[in-house]
Amino acid sequence: MADGRGQMRHRVGLRLWLSAGWLTLLCLAALLAPWISPKDPLAQDLFLGRLPPFWMEGAEPGYWLGTDSLGRDVLSRILHGARVAMTVALVAGTVTCLIGAALGLLAGVLHGWVDIVISRLIDIWMAFPPVLFSILLIAVIGPGLGAIILAIVVIDWTRFARVVRAEAMAQAAMDYVASAQVAGRGRLGTMLVEILPNVLPMIVVLLTLEMGIAVIVEAILSFVNLSISTDDPTWGGMIAEGRTSVHQAWWVLVFPLITLFLTVLSFSQLGEGLKDRFDPVLR
Amino acid sequence: MRNLSARVRGAPGRLLRDVSLSVAAGEVRGLVGESGAGKSMIGKAVLGILPRAVEVLSGEILLDGTDLLRLAPDDRRRRIGASCALIPQDPLTALNPSRRIGPQITDRLVDILGWSRTKAQSRARDLLAEVQITDPDRVLRQYPHELSGGMRQRVLIASAFAAEPKLIVADEPTTALDVTVQKEVLRLIAGMQARHGTALLFVTHDLGVVSKVCQSLTVLYGGLVVEDTAVRDFFPAPAHPYARALLAATPKYTDPGSSLVPVPRQVLDGIQAQVDAADRGWRHG
Repeated sequence: MADGRGQMRHRVGLRLWLSAGWLTLLCLAALLAPWISPKDPLAQDLFLGRLPPFWMEGAEPGYWLGTDSLGRDVLSRILHGARVAMTVALVAGTVTCLIGAALGLLAGVLHGWVDIVISRLIDIWMAFPPVLFSILLIAVIGPGLGAIILAIVVIDWTRFARVVRAEAMAQAAMDYVASAQVAGRGRLGTMLVEILPNVLPMIVVLLTLEMGIAVIVEAILSFVNLSISTDDPTWGGMIAEGRTSVHQAWWVLVFPLITLFLTVLSFSQLGEGLKDRFDPVLR
Repeated sequence: MRNLSARVRGAPGRLLRDVSLSVAAGEVRGLVGESGAGKSMIGKAVLGILPRAVEVLSGEILLDGTDLLRLAPDDRRRRIGASCALIPQDPLTALNPSRRIGPQITDRLVDILGWSRTKAQSRARDLLAEVQITDPDRVLRQYPHELSGGMRQRVLIASAFAAEPKLIVADEPTTALDVTVQKEVLRLIAGMQARHGTALLFVTHDLGVVSKVCQSLTVLYGGLVVEDTAVRDFFPAPAHPYARALLAATPKYTDPGSSLVPVPRQVLDGIQAQVDAADRGWRHG
């Protein structure tokens, strides 16, 4: 009995620490990219094209993960790509969360016409196919970091609004809300003091999921060349380039892919781990 | 409360049909009736927490001579917060799971009555001690999920008496509890009520409970008051046929062989006629 619980806690802890560790590492890489990158991520050298990673025959010292067909260092490009990926994840995720959760909370607690307007807006919004919608948006406002973030916010706020609304409604029907209202709490107080803390664990899980989704969306847009306009390396762009030479140099495709995969996985596991650890009802 | 009528918005029938009842200071009034008779609805109306879909058609709710229904929403909220309280049915959902017990008791004292945090804190400690919680300081710092159902109900009772309210509505406070805990909680509520001299509206469907705690009694059927009397007159000789049938339907533990007695058909028909008569007057008026 005690052993089982001990293992359970341990596993939960491990998940949280592994994902948080990977994301911290990425954030550091993004912040320190110009100083820790072994090479210039943009420097081309056609004599050093398609060098394999360090453990294979024909590798050059200093090019740990090999080079792409233009002779650019893969590791340096991944580190620099983390800058765009992490910026998009944190900024787009947070802004989406704030807007979506606020609207969802209002709709869930206030009922009436506020709820009707917001709910119908969500329904209409969700009828648009998201990828096409984002490509259209970028086409209209032009590529760039701000445009990607805006596209994600504009498309994904419904994710939060929908779930938070439903949860807020469920909480608002609980007896403790009625008790608080008898005790003289107004609508705003009810919303912020009574209901918000109980919806918060769910918002945190959604937020981390959304950050993972933001990373994927950024990669998709880079993949179809609609991301940022400069030559700055992005993971999606690297995957797109690596795809064309996968038979000659698989590492150009595989390393950014693994990084992307681990990042998205870490974001979702971070949310689950945080919920298990801090939700007072589950604890 | 005088001639209170209410209905679901847009629905043809009424939920409450000209209900009048009063609770004097220091009095415990039982409010009994079947499911759907409108007992809880009355409690909610008094406390200003009627569901949105329910509208009050007519009547007044007087608290010390002020009609609560005529006050602006904000004034009503403060007025009710200062002088009314609720002991809810289900202690498991009646405390906010993500806040500590302390602030949940003291919030009202600080926000509505303008007390200082420290004063409210010591008041909460005294109250918890009064409901026989052994370590009040620890409980104040705990979260609801750390307490048992009986403990939470004690906390809720303490919380209801925190602001020395004039009126407390207890909405089936023992229904969700274990039978062994029920008795204790009843005694606790009755004791607190007597000490603090509060008016208590006790909503229940258990006549046995009424006979133990209440001084007067209102019987509801279909949102209509069918009997309004003192408890000591009611049990020997209920006036209304429905009340008589209800009393006869109470299972008797002294005679385990007896089967349950349903309320007879003609009594229900009679009462339905009474409900219809009340509605006829309402439609034409």
